[in-house]
Amino acid sequence: MTDRGTPLVEMRDIELAFGGIKAVDGVSLDLFPGEVVGVLGHNGAGKSTLIKILSGAYRMDAGEIRIDGARVEITNPRDARAHNIETIYQQLALADNLDAAANLFLGREIVNAVGLMDDAQMESETRKIMARLNPNFRKFAMPVKSLSGGQRQSVAIARAVYFNARILIMDEPTAALGVQETKMVAELIQDLKARGIGIFLISHDVHDVMDLCDRVMVMKNGQHVGTERVEDVTDDDILSMIILGKKPERAPEPEGAA
Amino acid sequence: MSDTARAAESRRRRSLFEALEIDTRLVGMIGAFVVLCLGFDFVTDGRFLTPRNVFNLTIQTVSVAIMAMGMVFVIVTRHIDLSVGSLLATCSALMAITQTVYIPEYLGLPMGHPLTAPITIVVGLVAGTMIGAMHGYLIGYLAVPAFIVTLGGLLVWRNAAWYITGGQTIGPLDPNFMAFGGINGTLGETLSWAFGGVAVLAALIVLWRARVEKQRYEFPVKPLWAEIALGALIAAVIMGFVATLNAYQIPTPRLERMWAEAGREMPEGHTAGYGIPISVFVLVILAIIMTIVARRTRLGRYIFATGGNPDAAELSGINTRLLTVKVFAIMGALCALSAVVASARLANHSNDIGTLDELRVIAAAVIGGTALSGGIGTIYGAILGALIMQSLQSGMAMVGVDAPLQNIVVGSVLVLAVLIDIIYRKRTGVT
Repeated sequence: MTDRGTPLVEMRDIELAFGGIKAVDGVSLDLFPGEVVGVLGHNGAGKSTLIKILSGAYRMDAGEIRIDGARVEITNPRDARAHNIETIYQQLALADNLDAAANLFLGREIVNAVGLMDDAQMESETRKIMARLNPNFRKFAMPVKSLSGGQRQSVAIARAVYFNARILIMDEPTAALGVQETKMVAELIQDLKARGIGIFLISHDVHDVMDLCDRVMVMKNGQHVGTERVEDVTDDDILSMIILGKKPERAPEPEGAA
Repeated sequence: MSDTARAAESRRRRSLFEALEIDTRLVGMIGAFVVLCLGFDFVTDGRFLTPRNVFNLTIQTVSVAIMAMGMVFVIVTRHIDLSVGSLLATCSALMAITQTVYIPEYLGLPMGHPLTAPITIVVGLVAGTMIGAMHGYLIGYLAVPAFIVTLGGLLVWRNAAWYITGGQTIGPLDPNFMAFGGINGTLGETLSWAFGGVAVLAALIVLWRARVEKQRYEFPVKPLWAEIALGALIAAVIMGFVATLNAYQIPTPRLERMWAEAGREMPEGHTAGYGIPISVFVLVILAIIMTIVARRTRLGRYIFATGGNPDAAELSGINTRLLTVKVFAIMGALCALSAVVASARLANHSNDIGTLDELRVIAAAVIGGTALSGGIGTIYGAILGALIMQSLQSGMAMVGVDAPLQNIVVGSVLVLAVLIDIIYRKRTGVT
């Protein structure tokens, strides 16, 4: 991968243990601009934990994170945002009792000269970006609880896009969506790629992500199983990596913990 | 009517409410309150809705209403505060000792000195805020459940108050301090009218600006007639309230005494109304501040976001631990202000001041539509809740309902109010 210059993100030898159990055990991962990397594994494989370290939700025990080649400290979600890392969580993203605009600007509200929130402007900005991403979206005044899965996902994506994400983390982005909405998200991902945004897609379903990704990285029991370019492998190869924790035949030595 | 027709009918009615942006829950609460008042007025042959009783009702409500506003924030963030009544007692005890012992002894200022009341209130506010912040620290940073921290606080602060005063009743308090109690401090007729005028003007400006703002961004607005009707209604309520309080006449002997104190002879046949009590004025100002905090500041937005989804709030970069400290600090500060009003009304600090207030305060917030599951609640709802509770209590006392029955009714109303709220939410599907 050295031929492509400096990676956008490098995670090196990341370790994190919860009460003696190593949830992430010496895993390394990188991401280049305009690239989509799938992070695959069963539930409990450590993929979400790894990615939450990048998004600032967890603090790693050991290892280092580099962005544009420079080492950075990410100890909380605000640090991650400062490095233009945006995360779209499957379940945790939105405050159900607030409307779309309040959610989109949550933590980064537009305020006026005396420090009061400018709700009208936030709603206006929300309407503008939603018109681009999801023209059918109408429920601006409703709490997001009353929205469908796809509508909620579009609010979450709008948040990342609005704040100029360079590194986007998507946790099971299409899991709760219908066919039409899945297609919408897929198109959106292509659009983001074209703008040079690097994307991590976290999924436990191979078929979900093979069409969307450039590379996939597989984890099992907190360890790195292997990273492959999607054109080099089949769905079945990846599946066996997920299930057996071994790389495909032509690379017989499984790459263990670093 | 067939089921489908009925469904269509209810849908049409709901969309009308939506178009007018009328909060149906608020309308329901006001409706219940109006029915309650008219009912008591009917049963007591018109004694319930006299200027005098309305005046008393408002000054009795203030103390619980002030704390209920803070409780809204606490409950919205999915916590609870069982210590507010005890915290009120500690603040009250501290302030009583400060104005009657510390200030005269250490600062040499006699009772009635203009600085006594301000210093006392600052001492109370600092103490209340710090104790509240400490609760918040234990809850937010050390992860002790709010229920436990404040249950402990209930015992600790009730008895801290006892310890501070040695269990004695301390009074009379500083005359300027007692002006915050109600009957001893009112704005008088002229100032009350002026205040009412300013309030009406402010309300109309807020309504108008919200409309202009919406039009600027081409959002849908209510029909103009609805806006005007709402404005007229608000103006009528405010001015009606002021007129009622102004109609409560100061008794002639008391009036004579007031003139005598001013060193003048009272003219024959002179009358004067009490007007708005200073405590009510304080409540109104606090309610405006708290509403702005809830609706227009980031702090308020984060309080509601954290209540709606703590994980989302945390992941959005909100410091939810510090937020907890702030919420409980606000609660503590409001307890201190409540202590000012409560002890000033009684004209002394007594050992049992604020006893069981935690339950009244929680009940007021909950009757006012604050959801214990978090994320939902309004400041005006809590005040209305406090008012409903107090009306119920004093109405029953006026009718002559036995004391045990009064409490049985109040308790049942609390449960019923929440039940109705749950059913309402299920039916409308609105959170």
